[in-house]
Amino acid sequence: MAQWIAACAADDIDSEDVIPFEHDGKDYALYRSPDDAYFATDGHCTHEKTLLCDGLVMGGVIECPKHNGRFDYTSGKALGAPVLVDVRTYPTKVIDDTVYIELP
Amino acid sequence: MSDAIIIVGAGECGTRAAFALREEGWDGRIVLVGAEPPYERPPLSKTGEYKLICGGAALGEAGITFLAGAEAVALDTAGHVLELADGRRLPYRSLLLATGARARRLPFGGAPVHVLRSHADSVALRARLAPGRRIAVIGGGFIGLELAASAASLGGRVTVVELGPRLMGRAVPARVAAVMAGRHVKAGVDLRCGTGVTGLAPTAAGITITLAEGTAIEADVVVAGVGSVPETSLAAAAGIETDDGVVTDARFATSAPDVFAAGDCCRYPHPLYDGRPLRLESWRAAQEHGTAAARAMLGGQAPFDGVPWFWSDQYDYTLQVAGLADEAAREVVRVRPDDTEIWFGLAAGGRLVAAAAAGPGNSVARDIKLAEMLIARRAVPDPAVLADPGVALKSVLRSPVAG
Repeated sequence: MAQWIAACAADDIDSEDVIPFEHDGKDYALYRSPDDAYFATDGHCTHEKTLLCDGLVMGGVIECPKHNGRFDYTSGKALGAPVLVDVRTYPTKVIDDTVYIELP
Repeated sequence: MSDAIIIVGAGECGTRAAFALREEGWDGRIVLVGAEPPYERPPLSKTGEYKLICGGAALGEAGITFLAGAEAVALDTAGHVLELADGRRLPYRSLLLATGARARRLPFGGAPVHVLRSHADSVALRARLAPGRRIAVIGGGFIGLELAASAASLGGRVTVVELGPRLMGRAVPARVAAVMAGRHVKAGVDLRCGTGVTGLAPTAAGITITLAEGTAIEADVVVAGVGSVPETSLAAAAGIETDDGVVTDARFATSAPDVFAAGDCCRYPHPLYDGRPLRLESWRAAQEHGTAAARAMLGGQAPFDGVPWFWSDQYDYTLQVAGLADEAAREVVRVRPDDTEIWFGLAAGGRLVAAAAAGPGNSVARDIKLAEMLIARRAVPDPAVLADPGVALKSVLRSPVAG
């Protein structure tokens, strides 16, 4: 059953940046866009098991730090080789400066 | 004229080119000629994992005809025909040579020496790695050091012999190479730089490697990582210009009409470095070349100016290099709060031409990516700003001075 999990404080993520979040043994990546919207994806790249949180966030895109696979972090869409499979995204919300992520 | 585009070589470059042709809208035939199925080479010197770039189903779905196990033996550039070892003659509209490279061998025999290029090489070597085994690695470049790290991590007693005065002398700046050398020493690897191997001889207990400095090393397993030789024989026999690689222009066109070459086998002039001819041996270059060559085969005129980029995994450390370190006339180092050093190479006029760093995990990736973007824009950043860990590189990228 889906549940909202408190993940971090809104200011824990710099503008246009990403941080890791772990819950129940699973890795996630949390993003803050330049206009202060928050997004969440699976923690790992879909190409190889590399944590996305070490990658560069720019222009609505997260780039995997290992092989430069790029995803639109707002939709999870894979943007071309070497990544062919979209990364899963999760709904987020901010209440009282706390970022929540909805996990299944 | 045939409507087929033929790609010779089903490695990273050739396979990517095949898919890129479809992505670019080519709906004619694509024939991919490969001795082996398309698989990833980077893991061979690291984890040893066998990972396909794509399965047969993906090739089929994209309408790519894969001639598995086929060997190209002759190219008739006037007649636009490729001949295979089994006698088949395949006419083409355009053809891409993505024949890659082979491991360079030591110039002398005396005892069995492993090399690493193919999955079979990796399997043969890994079968011999075990705790306590004495492993001698000849060559302190990327492949040699990744193998040294793999062998040491499996409990081997590893010695690395490097002819040059330090590790990775060709592509990596000294300070960054020193970080990796320190990691190897911590893992117990014996590094012998500045000495060559003069001979190998089998003994009752293994192999004796004699060194130019007069000493000798006893080993159970010897592996050479002494560079690669581009596969140019098909091109050369067809009269196509070669010079330590198949010579191409900046859109990967060879001296023969409608014949292109890309990836490890080609030598192309790089627009970012005054047209300096480069032969790159890297996974990402192979991919990017494949995509660019596909566009060129369909009539694209844009020169390829992607920034050279390498990575290497050794133990829990990753090394990344963007640009060409040997183009640097001076260096600037940023020491981050986590003590990781980011090295920047500037040309005489101040333009950023290279960046490199090594550190745990993927901790250097963002900074090197940002540096790569600065290099691509021919940025002339303020050295004081580059050196200041308090200034985010992202803000340097956004400053008008960098544009």
